Amino acid sequence: MLKKRVIPVLLLQHERMVKGVQFANYRDTGNPSTAVRIYSAQDADELVFLDIQASSDSRRSLIEIVRQAAIECYMPLAAGGGLQSIDEVRELLLAGADKVVVTTAAVTHPKLIAEIAEKFGNQCVVAGIDYRQSEAGPRVWIRCGQEETKLDPIAHAQNLVTQGAGEIFINCIDRDGTMQGYDLGMAERMAAAVSVPVIVCGGAGNFSHLADALRGTSASAVACASLFHFGDNNPIRARSYLRNAGIPMRVLK
Amino acid sequence: MIAIVNYGVGNLASVKNALDRLDVEVEIISSPDDLSKFQRVILPGVGSFRLAMQTLHSLGWAQALRAYAATGRPLLGICLGMQLLFDSGEEHGQTDGLGLIKGKVVRLTPAAPNKVPHVGWNNLVTQRDHPLFQGLKPNVDFYFVHSFHCVPANADDILGICDFGGEFVAAVASRNIAGMQFHPEKSQPSGGKILQNFVNWEPQC
Repeated sequence: MLKKRVIPVLLLQHERMVKGVQFANYRDTGNPSTAVRIYSAQDADELVFLDIQASSDSRRSLIEIVRQAAIECYMPLAAGGGLQSIDEVRELLLAGADKVVVTTAAVTHPKLIAEIAEKFGNQCVVAGIDYRQSEAGPRVWIRCGQEETKLDPIAHAQNLVTQGAGEIFINCIDRDGTMQGYDLGMAERMAAAVSVPVIVCGGAGNFSHLADALRGTSASAVACASLFHFGDNNPIRARSYLRNAGIPMRVLK
Repeated sequence: MIAIVNYGVGNLASVKNALDRLDVEVEIISSPDDLSKFQRVILPGVGSFRLAMQTLHSLGWAQALRAYAATGRPLLGICLGMQLLFDSGEEHGQTDGLGLIKGKVVRLTPAAPNKVPHVGWNNLVTQRDHPLFQGLKPNVDFYFVHSFHCVPANADDILGICDFGGEFVAAVASRNIAGMQFHPEKSQPSGGKILQNFVNWEPQC
């Protein structure tokens, strides 16, 4: 049977790995190459790299980090951050990424997802959705949490799946970095509303939060950063905790 | 020497990196004329069946791959590369494949709550002994990412199956031709073992 995935997220800024709270106040969490080696040694299920600087300079370093990661570890790699064109996508895939994450451009460049799906297959496109609560309900935010849109996350996700997104990666800005647990309500509504796998991100602070999302919702995977950055936690421990909690996790060898 | 076929789709770097780690000589080749120089060939691929076959034909790969396969030397298809080995596929319209393994490629239709594409780690249930599986523990997980699956016409060609809201064929071999629906190059550490076995494989035709 298909196993549930635990995915470490590496946020990149100025060639360093960083982590913030609610998409702000980023602090340095180390050298991304070192982190890649450690996650590889711990047999993480998959890695996601997000360039939060999203400039042409930072894209060069994102590509370099992905290229190096692809040489050093054989595990699935997803990468994104400010991607706007099919050429930028191709460059990342050639560097060794298996999938790209498209978030802002999924709103600002409505044809990009369809174009990637057509050229490289829909398994290659992860649509990112950053959202936060407003008085009118949850709303999609773009440009790394700097700009609010009028879009409802679920309607937006359904539209992106129709265009060809192969997975949906939801990130709750309100919970990001708080380590208070995932937005389980949205995770469940989202997983029920779309026909593709949903990856839930934003708020994991301990292993029981991972179990809550994987057992309590139909999400296919959980993603986390703070959990592994701050504290003595790693994918090996996460896997054994979740396996003991009765959640199907992968067998390595 | 192992050749990785470059026909413009797929994550070739990952396959090459995985083989580099095994310390074997490997080359990414872009000209079908070079194929005859190699002792082993890997056909990788992601993307759509129809587009990939069109490209294989227009660049001269289809004919070259069939000629190579007829020599009895080992050929391994990975993911879409496995699917292309079959007679036909239905992705974006009915399309003829390379016809090196009898059977067809159809869309995954798993029982709920499973969702397509089939993305993630799933265990391979081996159906028979094969040199490619030497030293592999039963039920190890491999990384899959696909929306279509192969349906071999000949049950003897089935090496391994996988349960994803219903069973599908995840590994095949017929004479010197083998295919893996999962990505051995992305499935450390057991995937490395399969690639090493491919390096050592001497098919009995």
